Amino acid sequence: MGKQTPLYQQHLDANGKIVDFGGWDMPIHYGSQLQEHNVVREDAGMFDVSHMTIVDIAGPEALAYLQKILANDVSKLGFTGKALYTGMLNEEGGVIDDLIVYKMEGWYRTVVNCGTREKDLAWMNKQIEAFDATLTERPELAMVAVQGPNAIEKVKQVRTEQADLISELKVFQGLPVGEWFYARTGYTGEDGLEIIVPAAEVAQFWDALIAAGVAPTGLGARDTLRLEAGMNLYGNDMDDSISPLQAGMGWTIAWEPSDRDFIGRKALEAQKAAGIPSKLVGIVLETRGVMRSHQKVVVDLGDGNQGEGEITSGTFSPTLQHSIAMARVPYDTGSECNIEMRGKLIPARVVKMPFVRNGKKVFE
Amino acid sequence: MSNIPAELKYVESHEWLRKEEDGTITVGITDFAQAALGDVVFIELPEVGAEVEADEDIAVVESVKAASDVYAPIAGKIVAVNEELVDAPEKANEDPYGDAWFFRMEPTDPNVLDGLMTAEDYAAKCE
Repeated sequence: MGKQTPLYQQHLDANGKIVDFGGWDMPIHYGSQLQEHNVVREDAGMFDVSHMTIVDIAGPEALAYLQKILANDVSKLGFTGKALYTGMLNEEGGVIDDLIVYKMEGWYRTVVNCGTREKDLAWMNKQIEAFDATLTERPELAMVAVQGPNAIEKVKQVRTEQADLISELKVFQGLPVGEWFYARTGYTGEDGLEIIVPAAEVAQFWDALIAAGVAPTGLGARDTLRLEAGMNLYGNDMDDSISPLQAGMGWTIAWEPSDRDFIGRKALEAQKAAGIPSKLVGIVLETRGVMRSHQKVVVDLGDGNQGEGEITSGTFSPTLQHSIAMARVPYDTGSECNIEMRGKLIPARVVKMPFVRNGKKVFE
Repeated sequence: MSNIPAELKYVESHEWLRKEEDGTITVGITDFAQAALGDVVFIELPEVGAEVEADEDIAVVESVKAASDVYAPIAGKIVAVNEELVDAPEKANEDPYGDAWFFRMEPTDPNVLDGLMTAEDYAAKCE
């Protein structure tokens, strides 16, 4: 038996099919992954993401510390609650983890992945020694993501006393109310909230959301939703050996100011100067079949040269009704490729991600 | 709980078989199999007329989770395939013993079903 979140009984009550997920017993679906996916695109669904790791950073040098360990620049956060997405890199420029940082009043909140918790905390604890700052993990807090076009309205029905605060949240902003924390962020490509809740109160909150018509949604749909939205999954689409430049995360690197010496900067500059060896692209297969992780991608590099890449995440897109994938391919890959599936090469197209945003197809 | 109709026969690879009045044998995947696969999104079926060996992979089920082979449970000839299932693969989840039959075979050995698992045997295997 793995670790259980404070919502474990709720998952059983909703007929959740429980699987091991990074040492946690989590619901993969509650009956139909496809239906749960569609509910998030069309109405409102909710995910238990209490397994994710919340780490608060405070102290006089909290900002300087985060500016050292993160590739994006926390000093860009202009107002309280504003969030940014960033990689935390090793000296070689590889991604230790991807995370969100929220700027609070004199402190910062970060949310990191569950599967990387131990190495993240070890790294963050080691780096903080040089700074007058503190790092506090918050395992007593649970987290629920409520996502979909009607998600915010339904949360407001349940948390009426916070409706005004929720209405005023800008995209990518999160604000605390006591121990609760409401953030307009997500991992689905839909509008919605990620809400941090004291563990003792989360079951009641979940039940109230069900009563308001929010559908429990499993990790299976979470994966198809994030892939349609073109969002990376740590461990699939990037890892310690892959730089943000190779993972579609170039936009998260703050090169200016040029004297900010964040960890990994020198390696990224060297990689840029030498030529980036690979890139992460979106692939669509509009015929039958489903692309899966680790399948081989064959690309034509011109002049009769062929190159090889690999699917990093692949699935059937319920919104588009065909397969979509992310793949790491040679940097000079053009708009066409072939996927090796079950011993055959199947032609597919390279497209700009995301695939789906706010329920609609985006790519050409 | 898995639904395992008593009147059918079963094989280890989670297919069910039913003898029709004309001596042909209808094949599909079990309720246990569809639940394990999750939502089915594509199905590939064999060619009508194909002569197949037992345990030969002759069809594919792609679900949201994975691609899985479907095996010929017995030796024989494929005499019909369910084209409607190709257009509505979700039927494999909704009605695995009815609308979602996969193919029909003319068995090489007319008594082949006698040696296969009963519902009781199969239920014990699925526990």
